Amino acid sequence: MNWAAVWAMYYAEMTRFFRTIAQSFISPVISTSLYFVVFGAAIGSRIDQVEGVSYGAFIVPGLIMLSVMTQSLSNASFGIYFPKFIGTIYELLSAPVNFLEIVLGYVGAAATKALFIGVVILATAMLFVDVPIQHPGAMILFLVLTCLSFSLFGFIIGIWAGNFEQLQLIPLLVVTPLVFLGGSFYSISMLPPIWQKITLFNPVVYLISGFRWSFFGTADVPIGLSLLAIGGFTAVCLAAIWWIFKTGWRIRN
Amino acid sequence: MAFNGEGAAIVIVEIEDLRKTYAGGFEALKGITLSIERGEILALLGPNGAGKTTLISTICGITMPGAGHVRVGGHDVVTNYRQARAMIGLVPQEINLEPFNKVIDTVTYTRGLFGKPRDPAKIEAILKQLSLWDKRNSRVMELSGGMKRRVLIAKALSHEPDVLFLDEPTAGVDVELRKDMWDIVAGLKAQGVTIILTTHYIEEAEAIADRVGVINGGELLLVEEKDALMARLGQKTLQVDLQEAVAAVPEALASYQLELVEGGAALRYTYDTRGESTGITRFLSDLSAAGLSLRDLQTQQSSLEDIFVGLVSEGAA
Repeated sequence: MNWAAVWAMYYAEMTRFFRTIAQSFISPVISTSLYFVVFGAAIGSRIDQVEGVSYGAFIVPGLIMLSVMTQSLSNASFGIYFPKFIGTIYELLSAPVNFLEIVLGYVGAAATKALFIGVVILATAMLFVDVPIQHPGAMILFLVLTCLSFSLFGFIIGIWAGNFEQLQLIPLLVVTPLVFLGGSFYSISMLPPIWQKITLFNPVVYLISGFRWSFFGTADVPIGLSLLAIGGFTAVCLAAIWWIFKTGWRIRN
Repeated sequence: MAFNGEGAAIVIVEIEDLRKTYAGGFEALKGITLSIERGEILALLGPNGAGKTTLISTICGITMPGAGHVRVGGHDVVTNYRQARAMIGLVPQEINLEPFNKVIDTVTYTRGLFGKPRDPAKIEAILKQLSLWDKRNSRVMELSGGMKRRVLIAKALSHEPDVLFLDEPTAGVDVELRKDMWDIVAGLKAQGVTIILTTHYIEEAEAIADRVGVINGGELLLVEEKDALMARLGQKTLQVDLQEAVAAVPEALASYQLELVEGGAALRYTYDTRGESTGITRFLSDLSAAGLSLRDLQTQQSSLEDIFVGLVSEGAA
């Protein structure tokens, strides 16, 4: 392993993040507070408990997942698209590094940033509501795996994208709707029976459900299935990146 | 691989029948075979689209080779890419730099990327060598075009490569800076770095290269010692325009290497300017003795450019 290279890539990516630390920190705090004002106070006050949890607390895992997924995607996709766009990718391609080292450097940094934001949102949420965490180990595992798998997916989007519009396309048109419809703000048991079945085709449901289970001990789908889903998604993304670097798809002419 | 008497490999880059066809079907490299010796400066001359950049990109790992092999220091660039790439520094044609980075950070980054431990003293030495030390804390976007090119060179040298590829290092650079760049290249050669540069400028190849390769249409048309090429440059021609056209070279002038041109209205005499005698005086008096009257005289010296244009147009035919 070329650890010096992994560190160089990771450090360079994190430096970019810390250059804009204020906005990286303030923006999730403000948006989380807004969600609490709208969903927690305005709407949540009219909703009783969901599965034995106050609505304000119930939406916390979904809210964290929403931000972590979108942040992972945008950090990782931009992280690798930017060198492609300005041409500095030549350096990465001519360096003595393999796909795993590039993934550790770039995806590792994107996942770290998303994790940081996830923790900031959780801390902000705790200022508004009492959030119990029944399974802290599982909570950390789900959070880390979600940051990692969505950063891997974002990395693939960044390599695939030929312009800035394409960079936004999948996050906006596919992932954000899937996250919103994946039970971020509701339990799927609240849906009509037919929609409950359709929703099970949404992979994000399994991630949010598992993450929520780690907080409240209740889930829409079995916890094992959630772990399998996120593990499978991570493996598929890793395999895709391995193939990209083996064939040079979209990066090595 | 060839070795010298002390056991060090003489040939540092070996290219064997290298081919590359792009997805659209364009054949950019049509079987290039070339050996580059340790410590030499090889200039690759060729027009736009000749395959120069594709050749460099394929050696450095930026594009995948279609067929053939490239070995750097004996390491195959595909199967042993780590060892091969660690020996290579690449200065690309375009100024590809992250604008917000500080000079020292971007150079340090490249050293790390190539697997070398941090060495601030080494980075300082490289930046000083390239007159960038005063600018070490400037952001790349604040630098002039020439400075940015130096930063690219500093990055390429940051991991102390054995072989340095310079893709059009002086394209769009003013005369003074070009001269500066030549001095830098000469300095690197003195340190033992093998340098392969591509260029449009024939005078650049003349000024700094040990060997010159001409590439066109994906083929290597010629690789020759610059001095041997220069010997060919010593050839000069004297064209004699005649008052009256002749059907053939007169018998009396048969001992000269003459060519009948312009439909017999002129004779072309080729001679070597570096010889003890050019033979011009005797030729002109023999011409007069043969009863031919002169209307005009003109001389022409062939240049590397003529050889280059000749090869390129032959290749295209």
